[in-house]
Amino acid sequence: MDNLEHLVTEAIAEFAKATEPARLEEAKSRFLGKDGSLTALLKGLGKLPGEERKAAGSQINTAKGQIEAALAARRDELRQAQLDAQLAAEALDVTLPGRAQSRGALHPVTRTLERIEQLFRSIGFDVADGPEIETDWHNFTALNTPEKHPARSMHDTFYLQDETGKVQEDVLLRTHTSPVQIRYMQAHVDKHRHLPTMPEIRVIAPGRVYRVDSDATHSPMFHQVEGLWVGENVSFADLKGVVADFLRRFFESDDLKVRFRPSFFPFTEPSAEIDVAFMSGALEGRWLEIAGCGMVHPNVLRFGGIDPEKYTGFAFGMGPDRLTMLRYGINDLRLFFEGDLRFLAQFQ
Amino acid sequence: MQFPESWLRALVDPPLSTDELCHLLTMAGLEVEEAKPVAAEFSSVVVGRVLSTEKHPDADKLKLCKVDTGAYGVLQIVCGAPNVAPEMRVPCALVGAKLPGLEIKRAKVRGIESFGMLCSARELGLSEDHGGLLALPADAPIGANVRDYLNLGDTLITLKLTPNRADCLSLTGIAREVAALTGATLRLPVIEPVAATLADTRAVILDAPDVCPRYCGRIVRGVDAKAATPDWIRQRIERCGIRSISALVDVTNYVMLELGQPLHAFDDAELAGAVHVRCPQPGEKLLLLNEQSVEPSRDTGLIADDAKPLALAGIMGGEHSGISDATTDLFLESAFFTPTAIAGKARALGFSSDASHRYERGVDFELQRPAIERATQLIISICGGQPGPVVEAVSPAHLPARTPVRLRSARAAKVIGVPFSADTIATLIGGLGAKIERQGDEFLVTPPAHRFDMEIEEDLIEEIARLHGYDNIPAAPPQAQLAMLPLPEDRRGPMQVRRLLAERGYFEVVTYSFVEAAWEADFAGNAAPIQLANPIASQMGVMRSTLIGGLVGVLAANRKRQVERVRAFEIGRVFSRRADGHPVTGFAQPLRIAGLAGGTALPEQWAAPAQKVDFFDVKGDLEALFAPRALSFDKASHPALHPGRSASVSLDGRAIGVVGELHPRWVQQYELGSAPVLFEIDLDAWLALPMPAFAEVSRFPIVTRDLALIMPREQALAPLLSALRGAATDFVCDVRLFDLYQGDGLPQGQKSLAFRIVMQHTERTLADEEVDAVISKLVEAGRRYGAVLRT
Repeated sequence: MDNLEHLVTEAIAEFAKATEPARLEEAKSRFLGKDGSLTALLKGLGKLPGEERKAAGSQINTAKGQIEAALAARRDELRQAQLDAQLAAEALDVTLPGRAQSRGALHPVTRTLERIEQLFRSIGFDVADGPEIETDWHNFTALNTPEKHPARSMHDTFYLQDETGKVQEDVLLRTHTSPVQIRYMQAHVDKHRHLPTMPEIRVIAPGRVYRVDSDATHSPMFHQVEGLWVGENVSFADLKGVVADFLRRFFESDDLKVRFRPSFFPFTEPSAEIDVAFMSGALEGRWLEIAGCGMVHPNVLRFGGIDPEKYTGFAFGMGPDRLTMLRYGINDLRLFFEGDLRFLAQFQ
Repeated sequence: MQFPESWLRALVDPPLSTDELCHLLTMAGLEVEEAKPVAAEFSSVVVGRVLSTEKHPDADKLKLCKVDTGAYGVLQIVCGAPNVAPEMRVPCALVGAKLPGLEIKRAKVRGIESFGMLCSARELGLSEDHGGLLALPADAPIGANVRDYLNLGDTLITLKLTPNRADCLSLTGIAREVAALTGATLRLPVIEPVAATLADTRAVILDAPDVCPRYCGRIVRGVDAKAATPDWIRQRIERCGIRSISALVDVTNYVMLELGQPLHAFDDAELAGAVHVRCPQPGEKLLLLNEQSVEPSRDTGLIADDAKPLALAGIMGGEHSGISDATTDLFLESAFFTPTAIAGKARALGFSSDASHRYERGVDFELQRPAIERATQLIISICGGQPGPVVEAVSPAHLPARTPVRLRSARAAKVIGVPFSADTIATLIGGLGAKIERQGDEFLVTPPAHRFDMEIEEDLIEEIARLHGYDNIPAAPPQAQLAMLPLPEDRRGPMQVRRLLAERGYFEVVTYSFVEAAWEADFAGNAAPIQLANPIASQMGVMRSTLIGGLVGVLAANRKRQVERVRAFEIGRVFSRRADGHPVTGFAQPLRIAGLAGGTALPEQWAAPAQKVDFFDVKGDLEALFAPRALSFDKASHPALHPGRSASVSLDGRAIGVVGELHPRWVQQYELGSAPVLFEIDLDAWLALPMPAFAEVSRFPIVTRDLALIMPREQALAPLLSALRGAATDFVCDVRLFDLYQGDGLPQGQKSLAFRIVMQHTERTLADEEVDAVISKLVEAGRRYGAVLRT
């Protein structure tokens, strides 16, 4: 049966020569096909005598099995080669940039306002808003700053013209967010009029404010955040606690130094300026003025509809523009209002 | 308020360093804005007397000087100063002296030995004056240390005073405060009345006692107006930032700085008859010392004689009645003007004076007589002269009231948050110069005449907190009854819309609420915007009624910086007049949100074609912003936008804004290069959000059919689409446009619209007949809108 062995060797060699599936199938048919060599041998078995036939049949089948196994192996090889070729052909330059959508960003001062809101919300403060064209009454009078009060010269106020071109005396562009105190107190008192005890007021009011001033450190329009806490037992010590806590959380610096320095605002008494000093960085050790605050003046509580004998409260007003500059080391206030995308893109 | 530390220490000298003293003042509410040495650090500079000067043999501009320095000998010094001359007394830096940035050594100057240096003011760090040597007075003691002689170890302290602390606009006031804070002894100047040596007086008539309740006047005759101001006065007032003018003027300024009482000296020869304090007559004019001619308003106080106005009471003297070098007879004024009568007057006239600054904040109303005596004493000792008696006119009813204020210890403890005892409080307020009456744990406090900020209990509580020290008040962790804040699910906050827009590539900007009038005309068609009465610049003259101008400005600015692709948005108020405006009557000031996209739709990249942003990019952004709420868009005209490429935006039938390409006219006028697409929407419309509503999810198969309709190109899609949707049976989940074709193969002027109809029943599988029936209904509905089935 040298012939058979030879046939198997020949088939394996033929299969190996086939480099594509079609060629392989052709080779297969030369051995295993209807007219294939092995098929011919099998057909020839019938002519052999019984014993011989059996032995020859078994040998032929063994050879057939070997050829089929070789065929299957070669098929797998070719399939793998084809897949490899496909994968190679499909390969990408993965170092090319991804298909890009661009992303914008919140304004840096908005980032600060959002942090301020989150911190104060976490201790139960509401967030309120107020008009920017404000009445003189809300901006000054109700904040214990009557007409001719020297404190009015601290604010250089923008006024409007009426339709005939005359200065309209009763309205202005608000010079601070403090008038929201009055509006919020009045609404709060109204809302809880039916209750024996008014719930506490805890609110912050962020927004734009306006003063006639313009240089590297002053903008005619800037931001402020007002804070107000009124209750039956709110003291200056609470004010110190809340504001110092806020500043340390805001700057994420437990060793931030915070000091309260006596000052004067018509709408608070006692009043204080708040200074902070960082313990590291470019501004290390320098006292930086950051906010004004104080106990709400009894006249202001009265204008808000609240009995100052029963309730006390504190208020503060701070500049988120300045907080933002300190937080990110920004050196020029005007950058906030110029809309330069190269600047804004740094705050993604 | 600027003053030299040495003057304060002459009145009160607590055992504190300069830094400690400044900290004490700052923490007491008298903020030290600046504390700077009078001169730079230097050593071994003595008073030298120039004996002789000779020309340097080898240099035209140098001189060889012999200088007598007393104990340090006669020195040969080479000097190049133009003003060096024999007999001059000058600062002489000895060999070994250290000057700012310079050490003096024995040196040869052009071959001649020099043993020191004669100094200018700049070389000693005193001022920028480098015109020549600093000439010292002829009686400067030769050999004396110049630092000691000129008192150069002194510090200039500048206080940033709050308007309530007018009592600290004088050295006496500051000293009184320091004494109260430290317990150090107060050594105020002793003021003795100066006996009259003349009988001459002028009557003083208070016609406006509400303006001036107290007026002291005095004649001094025979003064020498040319007398030199003594150095100690000149140095003190100059170190307070007031220029020395003449002995008489300097004395009035000195007394004002020392005591806080503004004084005015008239040339008595210019006065006729009595002195009146009255209101101006209509049309009455006055030329002020600053050469400004004013016509004072009716409520301004005027100092006048029988014939004419002399001065604006408490604000500024008149040009013609002031003193000059030729003056021999004075009329001195020391008056109290009420703060409300002075407040704002100088500001209204466009200036500020030391007098008005003090009067409008409050001057001690018991100070007028002591101050005029102090001034008289100084004038006579410097300029000579014969004083007449002081004439005092007073209207006690118009003097400020000093009513006792009730102070409860418990209230102070409650407001400050520190459990003060009544004894502690008594100690703290004891130093204020107030009259105090104690009734158990309560006090009746009568404020002193120099304090105008102690009218109510809180004023006193503030004093207690201040004197106790804000630093000594604990910072209490806040305690409150916890209650959750409301969290409405059908509202969202403005922070969320900011984040959504940022995710879509827009950068938030903040632009000014006041803009140039042209922007209002161009971008809002607003010919009558709200004008500012006092804008800082004309291009910030009117309140904006649209955010579009600001965004176009941002685009233009960025394009100038070669940034082509710009996506920006702003949330801000816009302003217009509206009679029923709320909350401020007469004005509507709603918050809007506006966005702008210019340049390519996507950032430039290899993987996507560089297409310019178009209407549908931004419309898509808007739709995504409002999802799940559906906006509707109608062709609209807007002054800022391209008439064929802009739409009004509505939500639930209410117009809420606009979207569109910037009008080509503005693209050109504002030099933008290419047109951006913009939107502007009422923020309020975005904030409302529907509660999600649950609907059964179907388990049955989805059936999809496509439908192609042809209609004229100019016809809008929206009416057709809503007709199709209206005609659909309730199991139709969606009718959407998925293709638009206009081109070959279609009749002229027609477009082909391909719709996908998605159907699914919640209860059963749909039968073919049901589906066919739907399609027929839709075709029929389309036909009514002029759309026919594409075959």
